[in-house]
Amino acid sequence: MSKLLIFDSTLRDGNHAVKHQIKKEHIEDYCLAMDGTGVYTIIVGHGNGLGASSLQVGIAAVPEREMLHTARKSLEKTRLGAYMIPGFGTIKDNLEPAIAEGVEVFTIGCHCTETDTTRQHIEFLKKAGKEAYGAMMMYHMASAEKLLEEAQKLQSYGADGVILMDSAGASTPEMVKRAIGTLYDSLHIRVGFHAHNNMGMAVANSYTAYQEGASIIDGTLRGFGAGAGNCQIESLVALLEKCGVKTGIDFYRMLDASEDIMPQIMDRDMGQEPLSIVSGQAGVFSAFKIHVQKAAKEFHVDARDIFKELGRRKAVGGQEDMIVEIAEKLGRPAGSNINYQLESLL
Amino acid sequence: MNVGKVKAGIIGTGNIGTDLLLKLQRSPFLECGIFTGRNPDSAGIKLAKEMGVLTSTDSIRAIEENPEICDIVFDATSASVHFVNAPILKRLGKFAIDLTPAHVGKMCVPVLNMQECMDEDNVNLITCGGQATAPIAYAISRIHPDVKYIEIVATIASKSAGAGTRNNIDEFTQATRESLSEFTGIKDTKAIIVLNPAQPPITMHNTVYALIDKPDMEAIRRSVDEMAAKIRRYVPGYRIVMEPVYENGRVTTSLQVVGLGDYLPKYAGNLDIITCAAVEIAENYARMKILGDKGE
Repeated sequence: MSKLLIFDSTLRDGNHAVKHQIKKEHIEDYCLAMDGTGVYTIIVGHGNGLGASSLQVGIAAVPEREMLHTARKSLEKTRLGAYMIPGFGTIKDNLEPAIAEGVEVFTIGCHCTETDTTRQHIEFLKKAGKEAYGAMMMYHMASAEKLLEEAQKLQSYGADGVILMDSAGASTPEMVKRAIGTLYDSLHIRVGFHAHNNMGMAVANSYTAYQEGASIIDGTLRGFGAGAGNCQIESLVALLEKCGVKTGIDFYRMLDASEDIMPQIMDRDMGQEPLSIVSGQAGVFSAFKIHVQKAAKEFHVDARDIFKELGRRKAVGGQEDMIVEIAEKLGRPAGSNINYQLESLL
Repeated sequence: MNVGKVKAGIIGTGNIGTDLLLKLQRSPFLECGIFTGRNPDSAGIKLAKEMGVLTSTDSIRAIEENPEICDIVFDATSASVHFVNAPILKRLGKFAIDLTPAHVGKMCVPVLNMQECMDEDNVNLITCGGQATAPIAYAISRIHPDVKYIEIVATIASKSAGAGTRNNIDEFTQATRESLSEFTGIKDTKAIIVLNPAQPPITMHNTVYALIDKPDMEAIRRSVDEMAAKIRRYVPGYRIVMEPVYENGRVTTSLQVVGLGDYLPKYAGNLDIITCAAVEIAENYARMKILGDKGE
């Protein structure tokens, strides 16, 4: 089995939890504290990655080039990573500048059934001599067979690995077993898992993924991330070591970063708030939470109803505009005359 | 009156090319001279043959070898193929209507600048997202030239995004963003493209956000409504589903495009918004430049 690689998305997914307001000095402090601890890459940026700073998902406090530049200066041993979803970012506006800033490891994400939208980007990155992984978001929405078919496309584009993202924190251990097992059995590149903690299963599901053959685990310190947060890397490392897995992580340094740096970046502890549990159960993208809360307040409707409707409509990552539309509709007095349900025409 | 219909060629036999083929059947000014692509197994080729339209799997070479076959050429291939086709069509003296995000020629949105494009030899239809949202961005910016930032989100059903769209997602995103700046004069713009695989497929959905200090919502709503009504003349399924609202410090407008259901079902409004625009431009060109000259 290949050596386990831990992808540290604290400064990327964590940005969702603070509305993309991670400050420059936080990036600097975090990178200095975590450099050389043994995580494979530190991924930095807006919560939705390069090119995602927007009204749709939130404007980041620090421009993306400045985030990358700041991290680059503070990392000597650990690779600088970036995430991008095609449709948000482009090669010209985002990937080329990121390479110029010294990013070495790229993860290109897309909804789990749309991997052919990453071909251009993965091929471009491999040609540029960079590491490129494909991430399949919201993996719970597709069958294991469909996931394999899509993952094989990523492999054919030259991806160095495929990461399944449980973006909604909707996984049961059985779902993880089946999906990771299927990919591991049929691919010749690395398989990875990125968990969310809506139902309190992020560390357990990551461990299950590891047991099924995953050799990349993507998580964050303190589980800092969208919605109910991510797989807490410190806990996972403790668990793996206890089970006899040599992670190669400088555990005390990682715990020190968790203790000293994280409280400065986080505005509250992560955990399963009631709304995140509803969101996980409904299978809705974790990063929608703050937008749903805002819209619920603005239009005086129940946030839980918005989540249920989003789940019913099978919203995918990037469709935050649907939140306002649903909230506006839910908040409208009965008998309003604009015809919303154009679907009814079909 | 008219001496006959003007002949148009279609290169590319995927979703967009085939939808165009069906729309041309209804045109009072145009007829399809040739339907040509590279894939002999494409559903579009089969359909064209059944309809009795001349087909070829020799792509643009079929037009090069028989230039008399059409005066107007719709290119519904992909950006990289259009880069090759564009100079050939220019040499052949054809009016090229480019439905790929190659952006070789002038960007054209019928409701905004069609007449200015009539003397070009190649016009670019940007993307479905650009056709749907640039007019709304313009309708807002004409009320508030002081708009600080415009952003659009276009969500289309996965089933309606063919191989060309997927292989060109990067050009698609880039061209859509550039069209916003082109038509509004606002530098700071952003375009986000989302594919949604839900079943049954979702209707093409677009949102336009604008950052404006003290927006005049009444004037913006009127301007947007007026624009939408004009677009409906050539894209009947174009609907504002959320009139401009001011929420969380931004002006937000949502619209959907219900297709005519020619080739793909009605959810694929993304096909119609660009194929309807292409036919509108071609008909206008045919009337002004060809039938007008020949008409007696």
